[in-house]
Amino acid sequence: MTETLIWIVVAVVACALYLSWTAGRLDRLHTRIDAARAALDAQLLRRASVTQELATSGVLDPAASIVLYEAAHAARQAEEEQREVAESELSQALRAVFGEAAQVEAVQAAPGGEEAAGELAAAVRRVPMARRFHNDAVRAARALRRHRKVRWFRLAGHAPFPLAFEMDDEPPVALADRPGSST
Amino acid sequence: MRIGIVCPYSWDVPGGVQFHIRDLAEHLIRLGHEVSVLAPADDETPLPPYVVSAGRAVPVPYNGSVARLNFGFLSAARVRRWLHDGTFDVIHIHEPTSPSLGLLTCWAAQGPIVATFHTSNPRSRAMIAAYPILQPALEKISARIAVSEYARRTLVEHLGGDAVVIPNGVDVDFFAKAEINPAWQGRTIGFIGRIDEPRKGLPVLMRALPKILAVYPETRLLVAGRGDEKEAVESLPKEMRARVEFLGMVSDEDKARLLRSIDLYVAPNTGGESFGIILVEALSAGAAVLASDLDAFAQVLDQGAAGELFTNEDADALAGAAVRLLGDAERREALRERGSAHVRRFDWATVGADILAVYETVTDGAASVAADERTGLRARLRRRMDGDAPGGAGEAYFRSRAPRAVRPAPATD
Repeated sequence: MTETLIWIVVAVVACALYLSWTAGRLDRLHTRIDAARAALDAQLLRRASVTQELATSGVLDPAASIVLYEAAHAARQAEEEQREVAESELSQALRAVFGEAAQVEAVQAAPGGEEAAGELAAAVRRVPMARRFHNDAVRAARALRRHRKVRWFRLAGHAPFPLAFEMDDEPPVALADRPGSST
Repeated sequence: MRIGIVCPYSWDVPGGVQFHIRDLAEHLIRLGHEVSVLAPADDETPLPPYVVSAGRAVPVPYNGSVARLNFGFLSAARVRRWLHDGTFDVIHIHEPTSPSLGLLTCWAAQGPIVATFHTSNPRSRAMIAAYPILQPALEKISARIAVSEYARRTLVEHLGGDAVVIPNGVDVDFFAKAEINPAWQGRTIGFIGRIDEPRKGLPVLMRALPKILAVYPETRLLVAGRGDEKEAVESLPKEMRARVEFLGMVSDEDKARLLRSIDLYVAPNTGGESFGIILVEALSAGAAVLASDLDAFAQVLDQGAAGELFTNEDADALAGAAVRLLGDAERREALRERGSAHVRRFDWATVGADILAVYETVTDGAASVAADERTGLRARLRRRMDGDAPGGAGEAYFRSRAPRAVRPAPATD
């Protein structure tokens, strides 16, 4: 009798430890998503700011300046639900303006343009990177949260179900000529 | 930035991953970052100042060849000490799925972890069996890097998730500026790699050689790499064996000079390649390249624009292409020019900047690396009582963003 009781206690403790460990895993994943989302926000903001700077610098022709300024402004001001669309539109605007290598060279030729073009190139390459890391974290968390043990024991608590950030982040070819890093 | 790099394979044994880590560490140190590499090594081996030994590695058959790996209690303790002493902003683990230091570090660390996946082996049963064990460790990786589009595809298929592609780096100028050795010139074909490893494809080249010699009898094949030289030429007719010169293991300088001097570099590898750094080195040195059409090779060679491809394991196709190239100096010159321009994207200046961009992306909004003190059951229960869901609310977000502000800005972009 006592022996059975001991075994039951051992089993319950083992279960509790396992669930606790799983909750720890989930906790870590949520922290990772938060960090990845913060990084993605930072990269998106950086891209929009550099674009806006370029648009107001007078280096570009007036039409391109207006297109870029509009798109960058919209991306920065967008509400959370509109964000993915606004950021995608900024990507499209950047692709339209910097589709030709000649345009990039023209920017680089202007005083201080070398630096600005470099900053923009870095920004448009980092956005897809940050987004990929974010969505990878989201996928891992979702996979774990769909698991029975997590649903039955409500290990996720009140944390909202993580959502991937979907947008068009294809960088302009002339700015980011690297194999693979843009796909 | 304080960067910790984990090397899964023995530092004293030469290999692609080890060289990559050595070059990456030295590149980052030149840029002014603090770098520490944790690698398995014998205690007697002299190590560069930035390498910390994780103890002796044990030879174990793994992934088709004998790998020297680290595991067990002692190694785990050394990993923990290294993490604790290092106080890194980011750690970069190479080959996190191999049962060695990479996996141990994944278990022991928390914070921004970057991982590079080098291999692209087909899905193995061991991998499927190990999946539930690997998954909790791999979940901690904030950013995954694959060395080629091919490696990324295998990664996505095997483990799910996604990765960014950053190719391996090469010091292009080191190869481009190597001195030419006249003794290795005059209708020469080069091959670099282990002689006794069939995957490297020397047997295919040996089968093709008689056909090449039939057209250009003065051709010489220069082979650099270790292995049994007698066995390698056994398949050749006796009178042709003299046309093959074995150079043994060569130094980095000699490798560069060899690649600068030869007319044609042949890479007949039959499989198991996820990147093909040797092709990049050959292109850097300005050698015309002929390679088997493995996915990874085709990508490095820009789908055949920067070097010619032949059907894998087809000795006749290899011989045909080699004869055509040896007789066409103009085509070789065109390939050289195309290759030299193409190879710039593999230079450390480019690759290093991309890797640093990944580091900066993951450290944005994250605390630094620490040993993983697992949150106890009690602490979590208490938090639950206080109404804070695990990792849920925005509080964690701000807490984790704070340290970024006090960290000095990284030296480069």
